[in-house]
Amino acid sequence: MSNNPILTMTDIVKDFNGVKALNGVSITVARGEVHAICGENGAGKSTLMKVLSGVYPHGSFDGTIKFEDKEVSYRSINDSEHDGIVIIHQELALSPYLSIAENIFLGNEIQKGGVIDWNKTNSEAVKLLARVGLDENPATKILELGVGKQQLVEIAKALSKRVKLLILDEPTAALNDDDSAHLLDLINHLREQGITSIIISHKLKEIRAIADTVTVIRDGSTIEAFPVEDSDSIETRIIRDMVGRSLDNQFPPRDPHIGGEKFRVEHWNAYHPVDVNRKVVDDASFHVNAGEIVGFAGLMGAGRTELAMSIFGRSYGNSITGKVFKDGVEISTKTVDEAIKNGLAYATEDRKRYGLNLIGSITVNVSAAALGKLAKLGVIDRNREYAVAEDYRKKMNIKTSSVSALTGRLSGGNQQKVVLSKWIYSGPDVLILDEPTRGIDVGAKYEIYGIINELAAQGKAVIVISSELPELIGLADRIYTISEGRITGELSREDATQENLMRYMTAGRTEGASK
Amino acid sequence: MTTTAPEQAGPAASPSEPGKPRRRVRLDLRQYGILAALAVIILLFQVLTGGRLLYPGNVSNLIQQNAYVLILAIGMVIVIIAGHIDLSVGSVVATVGAIAALSMQSWGLPWYIAVILSLVVGAVIGAWQGFWVAFVGIPAFIVTLAGMLVFRGLALVLLTGGTISGLPQEFNAIGSGTLPTAGSPDLVTFAIGIIASLAVVFSQLRTRATLRKLELPRERAVSFWVKIAIAVLAIMYVSYLLAYNRGTPIILLILAALVLIYSFVLNRTVFGRHVYAMGGNLFAAQMSGVKTKWVNFFIFVNMGLLAGLAGVVSTARAGSAVASAGQSFELDAIAAVFIGGAAVQGGVGTVIGAVIGGLVMGVLNQGLSILSVDAAWQQVIKGLVLLLAVAFDVISKRRSGR
Repeated sequence: MSNNPILTMTDIVKDFNGVKALNGVSITVARGEVHAICGENGAGKSTLMKVLSGVYPHGSFDGTIKFEDKEVSYRSINDSEHDGIVIIHQELALSPYLSIAENIFLGNEIQKGGVIDWNKTNSEAVKLLARVGLDENPATKILELGVGKQQLVEIAKALSKRVKLLILDEPTAALNDDDSAHLLDLINHLREQGITSIIISHKLKEIRAIADTVTVIRDGSTIEAFPVEDSDSIETRIIRDMVGRSLDNQFPPRDPHIGGEKFRVEHWNAYHPVDVNRKVVDDASFHVNAGEIVGFAGLMGAGRTELAMSIFGRSYGNSITGKVFKDGVEISTKTVDEAIKNGLAYATEDRKRYGLNLIGSITVNVSAAALGKLAKLGVIDRNREYAVAEDYRKKMNIKTSSVSALTGRLSGGNQQKVVLSKWIYSGPDVLILDEPTRGIDVGAKYEIYGIINELAAQGKAVIVISSELPELIGLADRIYTISEGRITGELSREDATQENLMRYMTAGRTEGASK
Repeated sequence: MTTTAPEQAGPAASPSEPGKPRRRVRLDLRQYGILAALAVIILLFQVLTGGRLLYPGNVSNLIQQNAYVLILAIGMVIVIIAGHIDLSVGSVVATVGAIAALSMQSWGLPWYIAVILSLVVGAVIGAWQGFWVAFVGIPAFIVTLAGMLVFRGLALVLLTGGTISGLPQEFNAIGSGTLPTAGSPDLVTFAIGIIASLAVVFSQLRTRATLRKLELPRERAVSFWVKIAIAVLAIMYVSYLLAYNRGTPIILLILAALVLIYSFVLNRTVFGRHVYAMGGNLFAAQMSGVKTKWVNFFIFVNMGLLAGLAGVVSTARAGSAVASAGQSFELDAIAAVFIGGAAVQGGVGTVIGAVIGGLVMGVLNQGLSILSVDAAWQQVIKGLVLLLAVAFDVISKRRSGR
């Protein structure tokens, strides 16, 4: 690692209509290092990267950017890519119906006079895929790949542009542990080839494992930058910098009062909606007691969401069989409407796709699953509806100027609170919360844990599906593990260590299934 | 258009900066922009035609000639909010018109039975298309494109290419008749104008009182009263014009009723809310327990019903049924909806907006005809107006950083 930095951003100030998103951020990235950027949601990480890449053109912000020892003024992404700065966004930007090779060279085609040289395209693609360790035919369509492999295609695409500085925005957010590990290996490997990387991540373990330096941003300002070494004190220091306080207690205290059985599912089976011979849920049976928080742990693709959605109104899957009981009585959950009427609620893992009407106000989203409660003869009592939304705004601490604000304009944490409000207002006895804290900052997480505890304290049966094992261990009274659609283990709070869980989560897997 | 839709889920909620409570409602450009555009267009043609646009007789004509666009636009705005489109309504108008005429001329049914039959036929056609869209899952674009051909063909078959005229007076009155009059100028029309004005004042005051009670942001008293004054003036001016002509067109009452009913349905009922929810995010609506298939089905049944009504109205206006009736009505209705501020992606739109959009189209038609602009150029101008209206919408949305 040579000492002269590849990138220096100094005193970057960017404001939107008088609101300062960045207020004097400075960052120095050494050549050939892996540099982590940490900060809560809304701290300004993404804005900073947009400033760097030219999404916000030169002149729309204050401060200076020096790349490879010369001051740069990018006006568009093309400009920054020309210099070798490539960003890979959290939401991957690949075209699903095009092949791997076509995607890698999209916008950058190997051509002669407008005609694509397919032989060269494919052979170059093969070389690039080898560099990122992806063993796939370049003619494979993107939609046939999992998220992990798509991520690798994105990196291959970046390499094809002769990337010097690779920026990864939450690269492992959607990946399972195997894919994450592979990706981190790859970043290490790229470092050896002299490619500098910036990683934006919430996952402190990863930062500890891979980064050379970390810069922490809070409220649009740089808090500090320091070298990373592999020790617990580093994590504590990053957290303290991010939130401005030390988070000794990531989970609010709770005194569980667990009652009798509330909810039971027996011999549940479901097949894939398109690939109809593939069993995605295989003879799953489980129960949840009143006042109990039950966790579901599993790797990506293990069938957790599929299990939950197939139960909740058969929103997923084919040829579904099995029985559902509430308070010992069999209930039908064949349609979402029936499931809701029978006291079920399912808060989705993908709130933008399945959870919210983003062009609707907070009010209409909160009432969406329980309009029947607010309507007489099909006419909505809008005054009461407003009062309900206002009530939840206060109770859930949704930060907004008014409940008429559009949900699309809220931060992730506040959006999640709207989703939870909607389902709590529907008055369920059984709540299934799928990744309730995904993409949410530390402070909001704590609040959401408090809400979950409160629901359990009211005697509801709460199911939490999460990819973050510490979260499940901190929250749940009991944890089921799922692997390949089967329930492979049931662990009490005492037995649930990350190692134990991981053992059951990978149990019964056929070889190579995790990739 | 007697009331302004109260602030609701769709376009009206003007987004404000988070963190800063805002006591005043910002002027909503999308809603008022269209109204302003209508006013500008009326003024423009009033000047260009040397005052002929607003001759009493022309105003009456304007309403009766464009009633079909307004009726269809009301159904179409619901279809479009839900994220669909209906290309078949023009052909449905022709088919229903044929059946109405046949039922009176050939089958000897009384005119009121013929009207009911027409509406039922419209609804059944809507159910047919709704079935394919909702339960089979074929995109509405395809289903109604097929419907466009099918029902145009059926109209030709029913009328065997000819014309049926000589329809009963009572039937024709639906399209071209007026309410009974009392004196000249007509006092009935003035009375209706006064009642409508009072209704506007009363309903606006009530909405404002509710907002105050809920401590929701209200617009300033000045602009509130100016708005009401303009609305009352407009209503009284129209009734003055109509009173000096032949009195209140029957179709105007039908239109007013439709606007009130459908504004209520969209803003206040569970059904209306489900339409907005599906247009905003279909998956989220499904996962909230909305029976999306049935909602889709009824949206098309309703569209068919209103197309049936438009068929009755335009046949009554013409006094005869021809197979070529309703040609390109669907395009007028769709244009009206988009001029009225509906979003192409769905989820946004209002009945009031669609009706104002329809009036913009109507005034253009009328004004250009009075100026005896060539029909070919009329089309060019209407097309450009549609493009400009939507471009304005898109650009203003981008400005607000959506």
